[in-house]
Amino acid sequence: MKFSENWLRTFVNPSLSTRELAEALSMGGLDVEQIEPAAPPFDQVVVGEVVKVERHPDADRLTVCRVNVGGAPLTIVCGAPNVTAGSKVPTALPGARLPTATIKTAKVRGVESHGMLCSAKDLGLAEDAAGLLVLPADAAVGADVRQLLDLDDQLLTLKPTPNRGDCLSLVGVAREVAAVTGAALILPEIKTARTAITDRLSVTLDAPQACPRYCGRLVRGVNARATTPEWVARRLARSGIRTISVLVDITNYVMLELGQPLHAFDAAKLEGGIRVRFAKAGEKLALLNGEVPPITPDFLVIADERKAVALAGIMGGLETAVSDATRDVFLESAFFSPEAVAGKSRVLGFGSDSAYRFERGVDFAGTAAALERATQLVLEICGGNAGPITEARAVMPAREPVRLRLARVERLLGVRLDGTQVSDILRRLRFEFAAADGEFRVTPPSYRFDIAIEEDLIEELARMHGYDRIPAAMPAAAAEMLPAPETRRDAAALRRLLAARDYQEIVSYSFVDAAWESDFAGNSRPVALANPIASHMSVMRSSLAGGLIDCLARNLSRKQERVRLFEVGRCFMTEASGDYRQPVRVGAIACGDALHEQWGSPARRGDFFDVKCDVEALLAPRSAEFRPAEHPALHPGKSAQIVCEGKPAGWIGELHPRWQRKYDLPLAPVLFELEYEALSERGLPAYNEISKFPPVRRDVAVIVAEAISYQAIVEVLRRNRPAIVTDIGLFDVYRGAGVERGKKSLAFRVLLQDTRKTLTDAEVDSAVLQLVQVLQKEFNAKLR
Amino acid sequence: MQDVDAIVKEALAVFAGIDDADKLEQAKARYLGKSGALTELLKGLGMLPAAERPAFGSRINAAKERLEAALNEQRERIQAQKLDARLTEEALDVTLPGRGPGSGGLHPVTRTMERIETLFRSMGFEVADGPEIETDYYNFTALNQPENHPARSLHDTFYLADGKHLLRTHTSPIQIRYMESHRPPIKIIAPGRVYRVDSDATHSPMFHQIEGLWVDERITFADLKGVLVEFLRRFFERDDLKVRFRPSFFPFTEPSAEIDMSFGDGWLEMGGAGMVHPNVLKNIDIDSERYQGFAFGLGPDRLTMLRYGVNDLRLFFENDLRFLKQFN
Repeated sequence: MKFSENWLRTFVNPSLSTRELAEALSMGGLDVEQIEPAAPPFDQVVVGEVVKVERHPDADRLTVCRVNVGGAPLTIVCGAPNVTAGSKVPTALPGARLPTATIKTAKVRGVESHGMLCSAKDLGLAEDAAGLLVLPADAAVGADVRQLLDLDDQLLTLKPTPNRGDCLSLVGVAREVAAVTGAALILPEIKTARTAITDRLSVTLDAPQACPRYCGRLVRGVNARATTPEWVARRLARSGIRTISVLVDITNYVMLELGQPLHAFDAAKLEGGIRVRFAKAGEKLALLNGEVPPITPDFLVIADERKAVALAGIMGGLETAVSDATRDVFLESAFFSPEAVAGKSRVLGFGSDSAYRFERGVDFAGTAAALERATQLVLEICGGNAGPITEARAVMPAREPVRLRLARVERLLGVRLDGTQVSDILRRLRFEFAAADGEFRVTPPSYRFDIAIEEDLIEELARMHGYDRIPAAMPAAAAEMLPAPETRRDAAALRRLLAARDYQEIVSYSFVDAAWESDFAGNSRPVALANPIASHMSVMRSSLAGGLIDCLARNLSRKQERVRLFEVGRCFMTEASGDYRQPVRVGAIACGDALHEQWGSPARRGDFFDVKCDVEALLAPRSAEFRPAEHPALHPGKSAQIVCEGKPAGWIGELHPRWQRKYDLPLAPVLFELEYEALSERGLPAYNEISKFPPVRRDVAVIVAEAISYQAIVEVLRRNRPAIVTDIGLFDVYRGAGVERGKKSLAFRVLLQDTRKTLTDAEVDSAVLQLVQVLQKEFNAKLR
Repeated sequence: MQDVDAIVKEALAVFAGIDDADKLEQAKARYLGKSGALTELLKGLGMLPAAERPAFGSRINAAKERLEAALNEQRERIQAQKLDARLTEEALDVTLPGRGPGSGGLHPVTRTMERIETLFRSMGFEVADGPEIETDYYNFTALNQPENHPARSLHDTFYLADGKHLLRTHTSPIQIRYMESHRPPIKIIAPGRVYRVDSDATHSPMFHQIEGLWVDERITFADLKGVLVEFLRRFFERDDLKVRFRPSFFPFTEPSAEIDMSFGDGWLEMGGAGMVHPNVLKNIDIDSERYQGFAFGLGPDRLTMLRYGVNDLRLFFENDLRFLKQFN
C-alpha cells in the first residue's frame, strides 16, 4: 500500500518527521517498506505564462519565447514542440538547480536565454516527456511549482500484515497513526447527496452470507468525459494507480481514501434489477482486464435479470463497464464476506485491489458512507442527478465482546499492565469496553476482522505498549539433562568423519533435472513439482548422485584437478502405496588422485578401493558386505551394493562410462550413497577377554579361478574356522608368473590363539590344514 | 726399562690422540695387553727385592687403573663423536610439508547450524526433524492457516504434481509433528531445508531455517526476548549487539514479532517469532489455558552471511570449492 504522506496528514498530522512517523508505524506493527520523495529536489521553478512565441532566427527547431513570471518578462529559448502562447509551463529561473542541471543565463545560437521552460522529465517527475509540462490554466503566474504540484511530499509504502485489512486505506492508516502517536484523527466529512431523481434499481441478495449488505444508486446525466481533477489524479498516481477515466478514478479514489472498493456500471447496459448470487455452472463473463475465466458455482457474481455483470468483489464485467459515452451510472458499494472472495485470485491467476481488500475484510459499517462519498465526487466533477440509495441487508457479521484478563496479560507477556494502561490503549484503538475486577469485556470495531480471542487483544496491548518496553528475561525451568544415546550417531558426527577423510561438504538443490533421475537413478517417474522454478529443477531427487556429479563437473571446469565432495540430505521417492519416502542419505564422490599432489608419495589415481575404504570407515565398527550388482549410474563391473547386517545400506561404484561422456567428465569418478539410518546405528562396545597366551601367525596362499570373489572365500573360511582361529585377513593378491592365466593367488594371514593355553605346533598345523581343505573342496583351490 | 710414570704419560697422550674405536683398542694392547708396556713391567716384578715388590706392584696397578679410566673416557668421547656425526648426517629439512591425506570441511551453513544446535542444546533444547514433502495440513492448516487464508499468499509454495502435497515453506510443521507425539514441557529446535518459489540475489528457491519451540506452563513473551537476545549475542560473540522486536503477524503465533538485529548502524531482519497461537495448541489437544510458549524461526543462511561477511546468498548453493574451502 503506497500513498502520499501529505494526503495522510490531511487526516492525522502528528508532529513527527517522515522518518519518525515511519519508525512509529513500523514499531507499531505497520511495516514501512519504503520512503521515497514524490519529486527529486529542485528549486526556483515557477509558473510561467508563455506570452509570445517566435521562431529562433538561426535554428529551425528552436523558438524564442517571452515568458511572464510575475516580474519583468523573460526571454527564453525553447526547443519543445508543444510550446504555445498562452500556456502555463514550469519555468526554471536563472540560477535554478534542477535534478540534472543548473540553469544559467546563456546564449543559445546567438540569442540570450534567461531560464528554461521545463518538461516533466527536466524536473525529474517522469522518465520521458514529449514536450513541456503544461500546468493548469488557473495556476498563478510566478507561483512556486513545487507548491503548485505539491511536490514536497514523500511516498510511503506500507506492507500491512494479512490480518490488518483495515489499514488498506488512508483513513485506516490514519486511525493507526492516531492510535500509535496520540495525534487527533480528522475523518473526511461525508455529506448525504441530495437526491434529484427517484429512479432506482432493485437489489436482491440471493447469497446473504456471502453478501450481507449491498448499496447501489443511480446517477443520471453524468459527464463521463470530464477531466479528472489534478488533485485526484495526483493522489492516485502517488499510490501507483493509473488514471483511467473520471468515473473509474473516482471509485479508485474512494477505495484508497476509505478502503471500500466500489464499482461503477453503465446503467444503460444493465437489464433490470441487481441480483447478488452464486454463478451458474458454465456461466460466462468477460472481465474488464479482457479475461474470460472459467467461473465455477463457488464464485459470487453480481447479475442483472439476464446475465452476470461482475465477479463480486473482484472485477467488473466488460460489457457493463462505464465508457466515455456513459450518461447514467449505477454505483455499487457492497460488503462481500472475506470467505466469499478469499482464494479466488489464486484460482483465477490474477487479483485486484478490490479482491485484496475484501479477502482481508472491509468495514461493513462503512458501505453506505463510501457510496455517499463517491456520489458526492461524481456530482461535483461529472454533474448529474443522483437517485436514492437502494440498500439490501441481511445478517451482518457480529462483533462479539472478548474477555480480557489482566492476569492473563501478565502471564503471557511477562510484564504487568495495570487497568489504567489497558483502558488507555483500548481507547486509543477505539475499542469499546467495560471493565470490572481485573477483567475487561472488549468489543472490537466493525473494521477490525482480527480480534476474536483474548490473545488477539493481548497482542494489541503488547504492540501499543511497545515491544521494546517488555523486558528480555531468561526463563526459569527445571534443570534437566538431555538424553545422549550412545548407540546412535548423529549426522554431525558423520559429516565430520567425511570431512576428516578429505571430503568437502556441498548443499545442492533437492529439485533436479528429470534427466538426472533417469540417468543416475533409473527413475522414469520421479516425484514431480507442479510449479517448478525452472525446467531443470522440475523433479525431486531420489538420489544424491546428480547433485554430486553436477557439482563435480562444475568444479573440474574451474580447473580443480582433484575433487572430493559429499552431501547429507533427503531423497524423495513414491512408494507403491502412493506415500512418499524421504530418507536422509549420505553421498560422496571422488575424482582424481588418491592423495593430493605431494612430495615423497608417487601420484596414484584414486580408485574404487580407496573410496571403499572411506565407506568402511563410515560404517565402522559394523562391517558391510559389498555385493557385485548393477546400478544405472555405475560401471556394471565396478559397482557394488552395500549390505549391512542383512539390510541394503547403499551403493558404491565408478560412474558408468556412458555418463562420464555425456556429462563431459575427464575422469571417471567413484561415488557412493548410503542410508543415514544404516550409518547412524552402532553397537555398544562389549568387552572380550584378552588372551594371555602368545598368538601364532600362519600365512596361506591359494590359487583359485579369477571368477571366485574374495568375499566368497573369506566367508567360507570364517564360517568353517576352528575355534582357535581368531582372525583371517587378506594381505596379497597376485597374478602373473607362477600363476596360470585365468587364476589368481590370494594370500591370507591366519591368526591363531587360545585363551587358556599356549598352542602347540600340531594344533596350529591341524587348524590351518582344516582351512586349506575347505578351500580345496569349495573352490578347487591349490596351495601355492 | 721404562719408568711407570713415563709409560703412563706416553699412553695418555696416545689415547687422547685417537678418534677411532678400533685404533684405541689396538693402542690399549700396546700398553695393557699381554705384551704391553705395563704388563712387561709387571713381569719384572719378581726380579725386585721382596721389600720393594708391594710398592712397585701397587704403583703399576694404579697406573693400569688410570689408563683404563682414560680409555673409557676416550671410548665415550669417540662414541659421542660418532653419534654426533650420525645425527648431523640424518638431519631432515623439517620445513618440508607433512605427507598424507588432506582434510575436507563442512559447508558454511552446516557449520552455522551446528553452532546454533550447540548453543540451544546447552540450554536444554532437543533437536527434532521432519519431512520436507509436507501436506497442506501440517504446513498450513494445523498452523492456523486454513485454506484461502490470505497469509498463505506470503509463502509462494511449491506444489507437487499429485495436487495433494507441497514442499514445506517453513520448518514450523515440525512443531506440529513434534507436539503430536510429545506433551509439554517441550523444548526443541529443528533445522532443515525449506522451499519457496522465489529466486533472485537475496532469495533462493531452497534455503534453510531453524525452528525453535518452548512450551511449558509459564513461558512468556519476555522469555522469548531473553532467549533470542542471548542466542544472537552468543552466536556473534558480541555483547554490544542490539536486538529489536517489531510487531508482526504470523497465523501460528500471537503476539508475533519480527526480530531485527544491529551491529551499530541499520537493522537487519533475522527471523520471526511469537507466542504459540492458542489455536495451534488446540489443534493438537494441548490445553492453551494451562500451557503456553514461544516459537521462532531463524535463517541460518542469513546468520552465516553476517557471521563470515558473505555478500551473496547464491554462493551457498553454487558449491564452488574455492568458496567452500574458505570455511574449513
